Amino acid sequence: MTPAPSRNRAGFTVPEPPARPGEKPDFSGLGLSQDIPVTRPDPDCPAKDTHMLANALIGVLNSEHQAQGQWDPALSPKTLRQGLHVMLKTRLYDDRMLKLQRQGKISFYMKALGEEAVACAAGMALRFEDMLFPSYRQQGLLFARDRDMVAMMTHCLSNAKDNLKGRQLPIHYTWKEGNFFSISGNLGTQFPQAVGWAMASAARGEDTVTASWVGDGTTAEGDFHGACTLASTYQAPVILNVVNNQWAISSFAGIAGGLNATFAAKGIGYGLATLRVDGNDFLAVYAVTRWAADRARAGHGPTLIEHVTYRADAHSTSDDPSRYRPKEEAKAWPLGDPVERLKSHLIALGEWDEARHEALTDALSKEVLASYKTAESYGTLRDGPLSPVPSMFEDVFVGQPWHLRRQRQDLGV
Amino acid sequence: MSKTARMTMIQAINSAHDVLLERDERVCAFGEDAGYFGGVFGCTQGLQEKYGLSRVFDTPINEAAIVAMAIGMAANGMRPIAEIQFADYIFPGFDQIVSELSRLRYRTAGAFSAPLVLRTPCGGGIYGGQTHSMSPEAFFTHIPGLVITMPSNPYDAKGMLIAASESDDPVLIFEPKRLYNGPFDGDPHKPALSWSSHEKGAVPTGHYTVPLGKADVVREGTALTVVAYGTMVHVALESAQLAGIDAEVIDLRTLIPYDIETIAKSVNKTGRCVVLHEAPRTSGFGAELMAQIQEECFYALEAPIKRVTGWDTPYPHAHEWEYFPGQTRVMRALKETLEA
Repeated sequence: MTPAPSRNRAGFTVPEPPARPGEKPDFSGLGLSQDIPVTRPDPDCPAKDTHMLANALIGVLNSEHQAQGQWDPALSPKTLRQGLHVMLKTRLYDDRMLKLQRQGKISFYMKALGEEAVACAAGMALRFEDMLFPSYRQQGLLFARDRDMVAMMTHCLSNAKDNLKGRQLPIHYTWKEGNFFSISGNLGTQFPQAVGWAMASAARGEDTVTASWVGDGTTAEGDFHGACTLASTYQAPVILNVVNNQWAISSFAGIAGGLNATFAAKGIGYGLATLRVDGNDFLAVYAVTRWAADRARAGHGPTLIEHVTYRADAHSTSDDPSRYRPKEEAKAWPLGDPVERLKSHLIALGEWDEARHEALTDALSKEVLASYKTAESYGTLRDGPLSPVPSMFEDVFVGQPWHLRRQRQDLGV
Repeated sequence: MSKTARMTMIQAINSAHDVLLERDERVCAFGEDAGYFGGVFGCTQGLQEKYGLSRVFDTPINEAAIVAMAIGMAANGMRPIAEIQFADYIFPGFDQIVSELSRLRYRTAGAFSAPLVLRTPCGGGIYGGQTHSMSPEAFFTHIPGLVITMPSNPYDAKGMLIAASESDDPVLIFEPKRLYNGPFDGDPHKPALSWSSHEKGAVPTGHYTVPLGKADVVREGTALTVVAYGTMVHVALESAQLAGIDAEVIDLRTLIPYDIETIAKSVNKTGRCVVLHEAPRTSGFGAELMAQIQEECFYALEAPIKRVTGWDTPYPHAHEWEYFPGQTRVMRALKETLEA
């Protein structure tokens, strides 16, 4: 059947990614480069002085593995090695947890492969007292704050030692003592909440800042825009991060409107300070986070940061990216791999070598495995022991009203 | 005991804010037009001037952001009281209420919670049409983790708002806007009544609380039990009076968790029950009440439990009084239940 000719010349467009499975990966349209220095305004500048940075790409590590330009945070070799340690730990933890999911030991998992720098560098650039409102792929924040790995795993195992009593899907961590808010699992809801948290801190005269993260896809949610409006209106000490990892499950960033403007540029209309950074460059993420934190702490208001990165593995263990994008896309990503880039930089500085890297990898792998053995000794979702059944009726309210008490009794517990 | 003063419901709500803001620096109040202007109904009037911009302030027109901001503040140690300008406008904030506010304590196993108050004017009777008349309480009574309330008079409105703000659970307060300036017995043709001569219009000027989860038997009687809340409490009292029926009228006040003990005690005594609400009938909160009452009181019941509610239509503008479950319909239900 021949479709009737359209009488409307305007029509509409459904954007498509440059390459689908079986086609050659193509990121040329993104115009990404590691080698274009950009200027660094002072953190107390008017927001409009940052707006050109919404369409640039802030980078420090160039393709020769040297730190360059005004954004170089001039970190000590010790801090750089710590950064490598935290990113590698995140990666090895993810690898192990994926295997455990495949073995049926945990129900679900989400890796951060390829975008570890976004969370790890931010976690290190912020102070421990600074509050974090992460999305589900910022486990690197926990490693940056040295969260007990056994506790992370007992949560993922939903066992009797899960600090969330088995109420949340794995990886939806909460760590109050580490100033790490609960991960909801809904998209973007934490963004405006982070602004409220920041306002409460400010109301008490504290000099802590609050940081939150969403993905490129989530910028389409109303809560993203609510957060930007609140942050702008009240000039809250908050850092709003958009992790543009190119893919929202199977939808490329263009489906969220990413072809016509950068995600950082969305902040311009709100009058926020806006930065767009190479998210696979540990030094650059560190630098922009510190810039935004200094700005917020000094009372100069919020910043929206777009981290340009690439989700190198599946969205989650329920996803199969080979069905919607070329298998070789991660290798073709023009901003490289964050772990490899920091490692190469340290080697170029003469502060690291392959033997040390191998030793670190080995030590961390052993730590992950040993932690898992301990965590598993407290139980698994499949075999228990789990949190006591009556606990499922607790924490709905502060107390247990009559209807919940009766329902618990109905269950016979 | 502090002094009392004659107050409208608006003045009582305003006074509750005043008491809370004065006593507890963690309390702040905000909403659309709630700051300088003091709210479209005046519930926060004068408070910005008294307590300053950072404690009583205007918000952008984004209910999701208002609720989310309140969640963030409450989780971080404050006691926010947020106003949603009309209950009909609460739905942009629904996701934050349902998915976030109600579950924060649960999903974090108690590590984080958001003890906040959301206040919102509800109900019809002011020719508000379909976007300014809703009683959407049943959407929220279905959600585990929220305390849901609807006061019916100035005394309760103030005491419950203070109790809500001091509660560690999130509390939604639906305020029947038709009652703001006076009780309303369901007859739109009578001159407007005033709180000035009503017993519950005498309100302590200082701090006191009305406990959440406790119903109030506003009229004792033996013939049948009427369970109502909000505006319908006043319609029930007047209808029973006009019909000459010795009804026991229960003002539920808190919908979740509701006071089953008081209800069951009354229905077991009278053996007959009518449930009233202004919201639409199907899947309304009355359905929950009727189901629970028959479970508790089946063998004491001498007649089917009836309900009188709004119709299953949007709230119409011109036909407001055909929609509103007024005296004629309530009296008929009372008589039928008594004669059944």
